[in-house]
Amino acid sequence: MGNKVIELQNIRRDFIVGDETVHALRGVSFTITEGEFVTIMGTSGSGKSTLLNILGCLDTPTTGEYLLDGIPVRSMSKSQRAILRNRKIGFVFQNYNLLAKTTATENVELPLMYNPDISASERRKLAEAALDAVGLGDRKEHKSNQMSGGQMQRVAIARALVNNPAVILADEATGNLDTRTSYEILMLFQKLHSEGRTIIFVTHNPDIANYSSRNIRLRDGHIIEDVRNSNIRSAEETYLTLPKDEDA
Amino acid sequence: MNYTNLFKISLKALANNKMRAFLTMLGIIIGVASVITMIALGQGTQKSIQQEISSMGSNIIMIHPGGERRGGVRLDPSEMQTLKIKNYETLKNECMYLSAISPYSTASGQLVSGNNNYPSSVTGTGTEYLEIRQLNIEDGTMFTEADIKTSAKVCVIGKTIVDNLFPDGSDPIGKTIRYNQVPLKVIGVLESKGYNSMGMDQDDIILAPYTTVMKRMLAVTHFNGIFASALSEDMTDYATAEIRTILRREHKLKDSDEDDFTIRTQQELSEMLNTTTNLLTTLLACIAGISLLVGGIGIMNIMYVSVTERTREIGLRMSVGARGVDILAQFLIEAVLISVTGGIIGILLGCAACLAVKFIVHWSVYIQIWSVILSFAVCTVTGVFFGWYPARKAANLDPIDALRYE
Repeated sequence: MGNKVIELQNIRRDFIVGDETVHALRGVSFTITEGEFVTIMGTSGSGKSTLLNILGCLDTPTTGEYLLDGIPVRSMSKSQRAILRNRKIGFVFQNYNLLAKTTATENVELPLMYNPDISASERRKLAEAALDAVGLGDRKEHKSNQMSGGQMQRVAIARALVNNPAVILADEATGNLDTRTSYEILMLFQKLHSEGRTIIFVTHNPDIANYSSRNIRLRDGHIIEDVRNSNIRSAEETYLTLPKDEDA
Repeated sequence: MNYTNLFKISLKALANNKMRAFLTMLGIIIGVASVITMIALGQGTQKSIQQEISSMGSNIIMIHPGGERRGGVRLDPSEMQTLKIKNYETLKNECMYLSAISPYSTASGQLVSGNNNYPSSVTGTGTEYLEIRQLNIEDGTMFTEADIKTSAKVCVIGKTIVDNLFPDGSDPIGKTIRYNQVPLKVIGVLESKGYNSMGMDQDDIILAPYTTVMKRMLAVTHFNGIFASALSEDMTDYATAEIRTILRREHKLKDSDEDDFTIRTQQELSEMLNTTTNLLTTLLACIAGISLLVGGIGIMNIMYVSVTERTREIGLRMSVGARGVDILAQFLIEAVLISVTGGIIGILLGCAACLAVKFIVHWSVYIQIWSVILSFAVCTVTGVFFGWYPARKAANLDPIDALRYE
């Protein structure tokens, strides 16, 4: 196995709501190494959103330490975490979160806009390469409102890839898509996985666990299951068994 | 952070909302344009009032003999016989700040022409008197230096005199009018000036060569006064000082002696009117300034709405690595772009409005460079000031909440 990309050491996260303290995470520890495709599953209230926010450096744990690519995150300032997100993390959201009235290339360029080391021409080149990688080479100048949900999610994945992150965090990335498109996106994730990318996919859909290399289940802020999948199903095969578009 | 990128991001955001950006700008445009136009109008009014004053002779300098003490009794200045032809000639030759100078000597009495008579006074002057008092000949000619040398029995008369001595409407030119025993041939008629602000009839006037009045009518060798005009209104003080020096020398006054003459100017009047028009300009500028302020508040309002509306976008930007300062800078740049673009358009529009007023309504308008610079500076500051709070609100958003915002 490769390097440890993510190392969680007894992470706790408490929220104070009124007079009560809500324990969203009650001591979560795991390590993810380079090249893993991990699904994190759990029902609502299990703490998976909180975990995702911490993994994505959007939030910091109350106690415990989180090492991202060997860098301790807990003591970092907000701007330091912003820079860390910019260099080490790629986000894919359920609702795509593309900028309106903006072309695919410009959307993908966005993370690089906040990296002063990358020139405008380099930015363009990287964005186009990322769009090619997700199979949208022919839609570079399409605006976000001229694309289908699957295409928008591909643009979002290209945006997550463009800064060559240590880890890609997907939050219900197939949640808004129909079954066929969902498998298309899953195929894309599997392709990225096969290329050696580290992917964390947060979902409540148990089916997706069959396509990842490891599955972590959360309940009430604890890990209740952490299994490696020795029998990874191919999303492409499942896709081919799906009935073709009924309308077609 | 790379400001070129932030600038691009802000520009893009504005371009995505052209109509809204323009409407927001409109407040600034109107504000800046009205500041410029109002100040230009105020200054134009001031300039045109100044011109009017100088058409009345704002640069007039009046020299009169001063009262003098003789054995403890202060004498009537008009009794003093200190202003002589020699003084006039010296002033005429030596003063550098004067554009015209004329002696002044009056003889009052009854004027007769045929069956008509009218009480008035004959004013003995030099040829430059017309220039000093801004009088114009309507018909006929002014008397000449030659007439002055020969104490010619000629005169130039005003409209009131014409109306009273020639009520039948006949042409007075070439006719003779009589003052006491002296017949004067009318050679010119003055353009009517109407009443002045003090209610005095400025057309009740008869001008004759000062030599004629002094020798033939009054038999004196001194003037009632000397009128002069300075090269310009600003030069009045220099001219006054120069005249004082020359007259003191001519009159052989010691340093300890008081002046035996008085010098008066119209500057006080013009200063008073300047104060009034300055007040007017300030008032207009204040009203215009308020509209600029309202424009600024418009920017703030729109920026607030924009921050709320783009909460998710802000969350996204933060999640891909924008720091608080980057978001702050982005929204601040947007606000400043709106206000500066609005400012530039406002300046152009203001100047255009000024020209329109000038050429269509024919009001005098003077665009002040300082008002252009000032209003531009103010609207830039407005952008920063009113953009600051919404931008800070955006920068302080929590990315988790912002991403989840519906």
